[in-house]
Amino acid sequence: MCLGIPGKVLEFFDARGLLMAKVQFGGIVREACLQYLPEAKVGDYVIVHVGFAISKIDEEEAARTYKLLEEMGQLTELSAPVVEEKPTARGKS
Amino acid sequence: MKYLDEYRNERVARNTVKEIRRIQTRPWVVMEVCGGQTHSIVKHGLDYLLPEEIELVHGPGCPVCVTSLELIDKAHAIARRPGVIFCSFGDMLRVPGSGADLSTLKSQGADVRVVYAPIDCLKIARANPNKKVVFFAIGFETTAPANAMAVWRARQEGIKNFSILVSHVLVPPAIAAILQSPQNRVQGFLGPGHVCAIMGYREYEPISARYRVPIVITGFEPLDILEGTLMVVRQLEEERAEVENQYVRTVRREGNRAAQELVWQVFEVCDRKWRGVGSIPKSGYKLRYEFRDHDAERLFEVAEIDTQEPSICISGQILKGIKKPHDCPAFGKECTPQRPLGATMVSAEGACAAYYAYGRHLKKEEATRPA
Repeated sequence: MCLGIPGKVLEFFDARGLLMAKVQFGGIVREACLQYLPEAKVGDYVIVHVGFAISKIDEEEAARTYKLLEEMGQLTELSAPVVEEKPTARGKS
Repeated sequence: MKYLDEYRNERVARNTVKEIRRIQTRPWVVMEVCGGQTHSIVKHGLDYLLPEEIELVHGPGCPVCVTSLELIDKAHAIARRPGVIFCSFGDMLRVPGSGADLSTLKSQGADVRVVYAPIDCLKIARANPNKKVVFFAIGFETTAPANAMAVWRARQEGIKNFSILVSHVLVPPAIAAILQSPQNRVQGFLGPGHVCAIMGYREYEPISARYRVPIVITGFEPLDILEGTLMVVRQLEEERAEVENQYVRTVRREGNRAAQELVWQVFEVCDRKWRGVGSIPKSGYKLRYEFRDHDAERLFEVAEIDTQEPSICISGQILKGIKKPHDCPAFGKECTPQRPLGATMVSAEGACAAYYAYGRHLKKEEATRPA
């Protein structure tokens, strides 16, 4: 479970002072915290582990790693329920 | 099953195996300490591709597997309390304690919820001010920054109804414990890539020097594992013992400093029991005193629970690389992923569960084996 899942940063937002982003994993978009990877930009590929981006990755490797994780059945954490809350979104590019 | 022909770069993989064969002059035992690597090795049959003299053994790299039975029993005791919302990563739901698993408790009426990210628990806590929200904080160093952030934010925002049951384990002390064992067979290690993406690999340098053992930080793709194995074998053949980094595209020697800093503000090192292995000194994290109001073990007074593990299971010896799943008479018979007896069978990343999933409990003629 230490494996991170690669995804593409779509847009940033602020959640009560935390740097967050919407990140696309295959066909699924989920929120991730970018607090530990503040240098990431929109369009970058990042490795996300339990909702936190931990490092950057290039596009080709992201695609390959995603496919491998899919084959290994390691993408189940993405299907965990989304916890909704009133958004406090503010733009950041 | 996916074997060599489906690798991202078949020729590089073949050449790597050929090079291992060329330089290897005697048998070596190499251990990986990452559940993702274990899964990848078994799924792709990488151990079958290597020369027979290179034996891969599978270390305690799956945090779900090594979370002690005692902590799981504590988790269940808390989850059963009225007014508690017990949150967990999905992987822990089907891991049995002495009695049931979390999934069964949920079906019996306990409010057990799967979360994707630990900080999601804060949303649940804010939305349910009259409930006590508890998160089962398992994991290696990779997961610690995410769990630390949840507690840090809870204190910062004054969320008093959120606590965590900490079960954090650390890789370097486990490697040291394996090397200290008089029965140790392991001569080189594939280090855990994503753990080191967070922590860097400076901590591994004194271990490598002290025990004269090569440690190569390695990714989890098939080619990574073959390259990491080549780097370990090369060191062994050249009588070197160093920390090297195969996974340069993700891991830096210093790791992710921002993540480390928050981890150290929230957690401190403690002794920790590992399922199958027993207590390893200084091998876990616990919450620092300042965060005691978010410590579920203290708040729910479950410290008294003291569970002993069944003696039939040999997972402790498997996790130390002394034995393999096939050495256990219960493997694939009394012990299966549906009815696991011990650590290495409880999660897909455990050695026994991985062997089982890919047919290695079957007789040789029934099992799929790469050409």
